[in-house]
Amino acid sequence: MEGSAGNHEVCPQFLDFVPKEREWLVNRDGQRRHGPSEEKELELRLGPPGNQDWSMRDSARKNPGDKSESLLSLGYFSSMSSMTQNISNGSQTQMFSASKNPVGAVISSSCSSSAYGYRGKTQHNQQQTKVPSFLQLNSPLQGLPVMTQEASQRCCTEAVDIQSAEKKAFSPSSATTAVPNSSQKRTAPGPVVGWPPVRSFRKNLASSSSSKPAPVSQNGVPDKVTSRTPVETCRKGLFVKINMDGLPIGRKVDLKAYDSYEKLSSAVDELFRGLIAAQKDSCPAGIQNKQEEEKALTGLLDSSGEYTLVYEDNEGDRMLVGDVPWHMFISTVKRLRVLKRSELSALSLGSSKQEKVRH
Amino acid sequence: MNYFPDEVLEHVFDFVASHRDRNAVSLVCRLWHRVERLSRQRVFVGNCYALSPEILIARFPGLKSLTLKGKPHFADFNLVPHDWGGYVQPWIEALSNSRIGLEELRLKRMVVSDESLELLSRSLANFKSLVLVSCEGFTTVGLAAIAANCRFLRELDLQENEIDDHSGHWLSCFPDSCTSLISLNFACLKGEINLAALERLVARSPNLRSLRLNRAVPLETLQNILMRAPQLVDLGTGSYIHDPDSETYNKLKHTILKCKSIRNLSGFLEVAPRCLPAIYPICLNLTSLNLSYAAGIHGSELVKLIRRCAKLQRLWILDCIGDKGLEVVASTCKELQELRVFPSDVLGVGHAAVTENGLVAISAGCPKLHSLLYFCQQMTNAALIVVAKNCPNFIRFRLCILEPTKPDPVTMQPLDDGFGAIVQSCKHLRRLSLSGLLTDRVFLYIGMYAEQLEMLSVAFAGDSDKGMLYVLNGCKKLRKLEIRDCPYGDKALLTDVGKYETMRSLWMSSCEVTLGGCKTLAKEMPRLNVEIINEHDQMEIGSEEQRVEKMYLYRTLVGPRKDAPEFVWTL
Repeated sequence: MEGSAGNHEVCPQFLDFVPKEREWLVNRDGQRRHGPSEEKELELRLGPPGNQDWSMRDSARKNPGDKSESLLSLGYFSSMSSMTQNISNGSQTQMFSASKNPVGAVISSSCSSSAYGYRGKTQHNQQQTKVPSFLQLNSPLQGLPVMTQEASQRCCTEAVDIQSAEKKAFSPSSATTAVPNSSQKRTAPGPVVGWPPVRSFRKNLASSSSSKPAPVSQNGVPDKVTSRTPVETCRKGLFVKINMDGLPIGRKVDLKAYDSYEKLSSAVDELFRGLIAAQKDSCPAGIQNKQEEEKALTGLLDSSGEYTLVYEDNEGDRMLVGDVPWHMFISTVKRLRVLKRSELSALSLGSSKQEKVRH
Repeated sequence: MNYFPDEVLEHVFDFVASHRDRNAVSLVCRLWHRVERLSRQRVFVGNCYALSPEILIARFPGLKSLTLKGKPHFADFNLVPHDWGGYVQPWIEALSNSRIGLEELRLKRMVVSDESLELLSRSLANFKSLVLVSCEGFTTVGLAAIAANCRFLRELDLQENEIDDHSGHWLSCFPDSCTSLISLNFACLKGEINLAALERLVARSPNLRSLRLNRAVPLETLQNILMRAPQLVDLGTGSYIHDPDSETYNKLKHTILKCKSIRNLSGFLEVAPRCLPAIYPICLNLTSLNLSYAAGIHGSELVKLIRRCAKLQRLWILDCIGDKGLEVVASTCKELQELRVFPSDVLGVGHAAVTENGLVAISAGCPKLHSLLYFCQQMTNAALIVVAKNCPNFIRFRLCILEPTKPDPVTMQPLDDGFGAIVQSCKHLRRLSLSGLLTDRVFLYIGMYAEQLEMLSVAFAGDSDKGMLYVLNGCKKLRKLEIRDCPYGDKALLTDVGKYETMRSLWMSSCEVTLGGCKTLAKEMPRLNVEIINEHDQMEIGSEEQRVEKMYLYRTLVGPRKDAPEFVWTL
């Protein structure tokens, strides 16, 4: 945020203002005259979040087409906000506060102390009593009153505009900030001491109860084996057995390789189609049957095919595949089975004492 | 007010309970100061090196309850060397030599020795309550002394301490005459426990309300204990593993039905998820649930459990609950006030356990949320803005994006605006922890808006000294500031030296402050202890320009401490 050389004059001065209000007032007048446009953008960015429509910003803002862009980017989170009742689909709603003057409200509700001695400047409306002086220092006068009248619908677009305006001026300057070394240091990859900020007590417990063979830590946490099931955390493959009615030999599938039921279904189809074909070949049944079998496997997840896919969950119950969200299925599935649909009614689904009907 | 007799004043002051209010009362005039200090029973010392035991004892002769904190907060994350300090021994010695009838001692991040515990147990006849949080240096021998000698012990609460386990005998050291226990928490003990002694102890403690077991206590014992103590309000299970078809498990199911008072549930350090249904009947009554050590419970089982906990006010879980699980929390736990989501895999940053979506869902569904600790894979400005709007009541907001300096993944921008929205909206925010990619701008917002902020934790953030200065200038109520790996140097440190006397402490590590800067500060502010931690002997006394790796400064009445180890220089 160093920006142009002119800024260097700015920085020390406004840093000094806190103990000495008078000085601040003097500085302020001086400040206004410093005005490379980049600095003004800098100043604008120093405003509070949601601060909108400083008139200077108009020059920085791109054509109105931008607005739709920013609306779109807001649309991104409106999809997840079906529960956030205050956000409408048009995404033109405010994000900061329900009131029309988010920043204004903040300002006016703050204490009215005249510590910053700003009241003398009547060009602003009296709502700006408490805006901290360094904001006043750097913002153009005419910007702020406009802000308070602005409809809040602009608020969200402004938030994004802040970012887009900033992108222009900010990123280049950040590349030339005074401390490139520490920023490199900060973004160094690899394990960092004391990060993430989790107590070592908790770290050790987490590692000792996971399935990986955790060595006993220096704290001597006992490496007890827990009753963890063989189904493990996300990073490893999740191989479960899958058997099919009529086939003596089962297969194993890695459920981590799929992210949806459809993919699993087609994988199962591929897996067994060949096996069934091989099986059928050895049977007296003709080729026609084989083709029927092949087709039947594609209706696993709906009621259309001849076969259906069920699974056994962690409680030992046999369940129909497809009811719960995929990730939930993943976390409870222990084994899979492809059943003939005609067998379904013969089974009592959900019973934990289910015997295997056919091998 | 001068015309009131002291007793009246004292009676009025009885209604003034909080430490801060009482501190304020004592500043009004000499008379009030005197009445207040003579009647004060509970004292909180946020930094044990800010004063001496003698000063404390002299001022508050009626002291009954003392809370002491030792090491800086970042000691929790291994940033403070092992023997930095924080010994409780001098305090216990001084108290035992005085006439103070201390009844309660609460320590956090202090070094407690067996010797201290023994001395405590022998010299304080009326001692009733010992609470140790994140402490170290003692063993079960010290616990045995407490058990054996404190005749009126009501509370022994050990939270997340590093305790060397020599034997499980200490539980047997509670005499048969000890029937006063109200609260017993030994969940952090790693070793074996004398189970029979435990059961007998519970059987003779009719007032027992809170019991948290360690991993060594099996389900059978839990069953026996609950049979004898159905009045428990707070339960921490030990090992929760059994065959769900067994007799024991069946018995447990029935026993739990009688435990209608349980409001806090924790533990499950080892767990067989198929045994969880036994606790379903009590879920509806739970106001606090801590499953943050229960790595054995998966997402879907967690969800099944939480769906039954409609009255939850506090929930601590692991991030394996996932965003979808958090949506369930949001739709079920409408009374939720505090949420902590811990990382289940601190080493593997990569798989999306929880993201901004989970937090947004929570904020939408839980309007009473005021305390948050959230470890996540990523966060966006948009999400934080929504959260800020949905939950303006945050008092504590601690966000930890696991990858340092990670930007908003959607816009690739820093998270300045998101956090800015939080501080702007949450006017009562007292504690804030930042993470992700952040520039000086976020500190500008914090300085502007976070008027009630008392504690700020910063890591890998900011671009220049301005960031730190915005905070020091703007946050008038700031008490603790801890910074690591930020580009703040001497200018930031020295611009407003008077500020540090208004704060409890400042920690800066891996920043740009130099030895010379620290020396200057120490010279100008004699009532601060400016400590440099020179762990690996990197620093030479002499060159002022060398960077200081770790600096910890705090205000104090008693000057440099005498127990500092060699690698700590007090300038």
